[in-house]
Amino acid sequence: MSTKDIKKVNTHPSQNEGLIFEHSSPGKKAYRLRQLDVPAVDAASELGSALRTEAAALPEVSEVEIVRHFTRLSTWNYAVDHGMYPLGSCTMKYNPRVNEYVARLESIAGAHPYQSEASAQGALRIMKTLADALVEICGMDAITLQPAAGAHGEMTGILLMRAYLESKGNPRKKILIPDSAHGTNPATAAMVGYQVENLRSNANGMVDLAALEAQMNEDVAGLMLTNPNTLGIFDAQIGEIAEILHAKGGLLYMDGANMNALVAKARPGDFGVDMMHLNLHKTFSTPHGGGGPGSGPVACKAHLEPFLPKPVVAENADGSLRLDYDRPQSVGRVRAFFGNFGMHVRALAYIMANGPDGLRQTTEDAVLNANYLRKKLEGTFDLPYATPTMHETVFSDKLQNKQGIKTGDIAKRLIDYGFHPYTVSFPMVVHGAMMIEPTESEPLEELDLFVDAMKAIAAECESDPELVKNAPHTTRLSRLDETAAARKPILRWKPEQK
Amino acid sequence: MRYLPKSPDERKLMLDAIGAGSVDELFAPIPERFRFTRDLCLPPQMAESEIVDWFRARAAENANGQQILLGAGAYNHYRPLAIDTLISRGEWFTAYTPYQPEIAQGTLQAIFEFQTMICGLTGMEVANASMYDGSTGAAEAVMMAMRVTGRHEAILARSVHPEYREVIATYAKYQGLPLTEVGFSTNGRVDLEALDKAVTDKTACVLIQSPNFFGTIEDVVAIADIVHAKGALLVVSVAEALSLALVKPPAEADIVALEAQSFGVPLSYGGPYAGVIATREKFIRQIPGRLAGQTTDRDGKRGFVLTLSTREQHIRREKATSNICTNQALVALMVNIYMDVYGKVGLRELAEQNLAKAAYARKTLGAKAKVLFEGAPRFNEFVIEGTADAEAVFTRLSKDKNIVAGLPLKRFYPELGNTSLWCATELTSREAIDTAAEEVAR
Repeated sequence: MSTKDIKKVNTHPSQNEGLIFEHSSPGKKAYRLRQLDVPAVDAASELGSALRTEAAALPEVSEVEIVRHFTRLSTWNYAVDHGMYPLGSCTMKYNPRVNEYVARLESIAGAHPYQSEASAQGALRIMKTLADALVEICGMDAITLQPAAGAHGEMTGILLMRAYLESKGNPRKKILIPDSAHGTNPATAAMVGYQVENLRSNANGMVDLAALEAQMNEDVAGLMLTNPNTLGIFDAQIGEIAEILHAKGGLLYMDGANMNALVAKARPGDFGVDMMHLNLHKTFSTPHGGGGPGSGPVACKAHLEPFLPKPVVAENADGSLRLDYDRPQSVGRVRAFFGNFGMHVRALAYIMANGPDGLRQTTEDAVLNANYLRKKLEGTFDLPYATPTMHETVFSDKLQNKQGIKTGDIAKRLIDYGFHPYTVSFPMVVHGAMMIEPTESEPLEELDLFVDAMKAIAAECESDPELVKNAPHTTRLSRLDETAAARKPILRWKPEQK
Repeated sequence: MRYLPKSPDERKLMLDAIGAGSVDELFAPIPERFRFTRDLCLPPQMAESEIVDWFRARAAENANGQQILLGAGAYNHYRPLAIDTLISRGEWFTAYTPYQPEIAQGTLQAIFEFQTMICGLTGMEVANASMYDGSTGAAEAVMMAMRVTGRHEAILARSVHPEYREVIATYAKYQGLPLTEVGFSTNGRVDLEALDKAVTDKTACVLIQSPNFFGTIEDVVAIADIVHAKGALLVVSVAEALSLALVKPPAEADIVALEAQSFGVPLSYGGPYAGVIATREKFIRQIPGRLAGQTTDRDGKRGFVLTLSTREQHIRREKATSNICTNQALVALMVNIYMDVYGKVGLRELAEQNLAKAAYARKTLGAKAKVLFEGAPRFNEFVIEGTADAEAVFTRLSKDKNIVAGLPLKRFYPELGNTSLWCATELTSREAIDTAAEEVAR
């Protein structure tokens, strides 16, 4: 297939651009300082031997060069604003502009974390309103907004688990984690001093209840479960799972990475979850920013509330708000100040724009989109689990393997068709996984273009496998050498490399 | 709902294609008893203009146009407008982690530049792509030192930001890592004698902050000698990154945990900010978080990729160096742009203005109250002991003068009595300093 048959994109010149250091020349500047309204001081006499004698190696460039530099670099990125970004479990949805605007209002963006509570009532009200909304959405009793990202929320949640069990006399030793889980789950359990015990999935891609029953004992603190899991499958045995854990005194932690499948349609608090984290940058539309910032609030049931990180926002008798530090059973702090507040602002703006019906419709559309793709691509690609899926769907490269083509090759070829690839080779329970999450933000046209692209690539796998194996063909760079990068790491620019 | 790009007909068409009679059929996997059938108790959909109104009303409930004479881990510096105009391009803020380097070279190159500038600033050889913030970065640096040395005790200077120490305590609790504290002497610096006694051959690391929580610049060389003599690592936390433009970088440290908020990141009531861990090349396999590295593509062209990912959770799972996944990439981009705007010369001149403002503030407030910790250099923060109650001054200045005054230290350091921690930056006006001085004496 020639590039003229690709409907979504066309090639277009993109500007070349070096590293910012390569534009540097002494005397160029992009700033002018204010008039100093106090006497100047001599740095050497102020600082003595602590004075830095050699200036840090930073570039000297002009404002126009900076603007062009970052504009040019930006054009080399693919983004949600370009089109579908179906990275499974990352929930790459549209990022509303009003969120960005309100987060930048001067006395919101300019609030100092230590200014008096009386002068920060607006900020506290934003946090409280968001906290209440998220508690309602999760069907929980309490929440902390302090964790800075999903993995940080996981850590906070497992700290709650540990503190609670300790208060009952025994923190226990192990945490059960299904084989389909994100890598952050086992890494988190280890950070909180737990051993990780793998829990296998059954043939339907759900928790093997018999295995859980056999593995659950008084040494097990709890289970970290993503539901729907990374296969996009909602574990219908969730009630039984919670019962098995609770019967032996364990707790059920839910990784809320896939909450976009549930909002306003089901509440984890109603199906036995003791605590969970949310990713505001997934479910609640705060931007991913090229890798962050995120925000990972942790909601919990009443029995875990005393252990939440401090401070929490509390209400005074007169209706005003304060930061409550008087929490003797708290697990402590997981971050300085109050979390990624700027993300709290954005998430709340999103919830307000949606309302209860909008949130429900959003979830329905997310599930509708994923099921549409599944239906359209079934047969063209191998579907390892026949179990119905929710907001994402996982295919494998099994059919294309015959030509020696792997999931990573198909992903690279998708780039030529104008799409960001799906999540490659994850979850690990599926060999050659292709994990697709369209989110609710995709119009039908975009979904159909994606289906066309995937089918065209499948055809290419038969007719011209080398074309796929050597993709992408239309990008500035192709198939970067990751092995060489790791073998002899170059992690900073040095002038002699020029 | 205005963020949803579908008409009712299209939804119907899609359901038909799937073979479902209604969308609720797609939710059949959820057992009926767990399906949520009522409306969430939330306000109804709001128009964009209503949302803007609501947040403007909240903004009005915060202090407006205040003068800030307080730092303590969050610094009020001017943010050049280029930052927000550039990061507001969708290609930056609506992308994710650069997993596919062919279509993420912008983000990857920006991270590589960021890592380079952090190395130049801190005197270290490698820097990661970012951590959540200065406090978690410091905690991860302490954990890293434990892995590097194979030792299981850490010493924290009491002059490290109190909230950073709280976070480290949370992280260390279940790592079998006992923490001990070492105090400060009358000049505000780490008590070297006490430190010398505290460090043993079981000590994994000593964490100090410089400038420390009181604004005092530590004698990093002397501390490093004591720490290294026992084979421990020195971790230096830097909360006011701008100090590095004028203060000798902590090149004797083994790990630097930087909070980069000063560089173009809004105060935003405490976050999002950006932590960074910088260290020596030899410790590279133990560094947490993402790293961008230079490589070539198949035609030999220079490009950048995420590298050394075998350290990370998605490969190593429970054996990873950290559980961190999402970091603070967009904030690191702000920092990058900021460092370009000021550059090699401007950052130093800006730091000199901070030094001048703080010197003036110290002198002016010092005429009405006692300046503590004399005898060691400071950057833009200092501690005073006044006759008026520090909490009362704080409340009064906020209420009557719209000034965020020095932080009363009794909250964190009962032993320091009626003291407060002040800060002056290039944005602090002489008038505000003069006003504050009047109140301190009242």
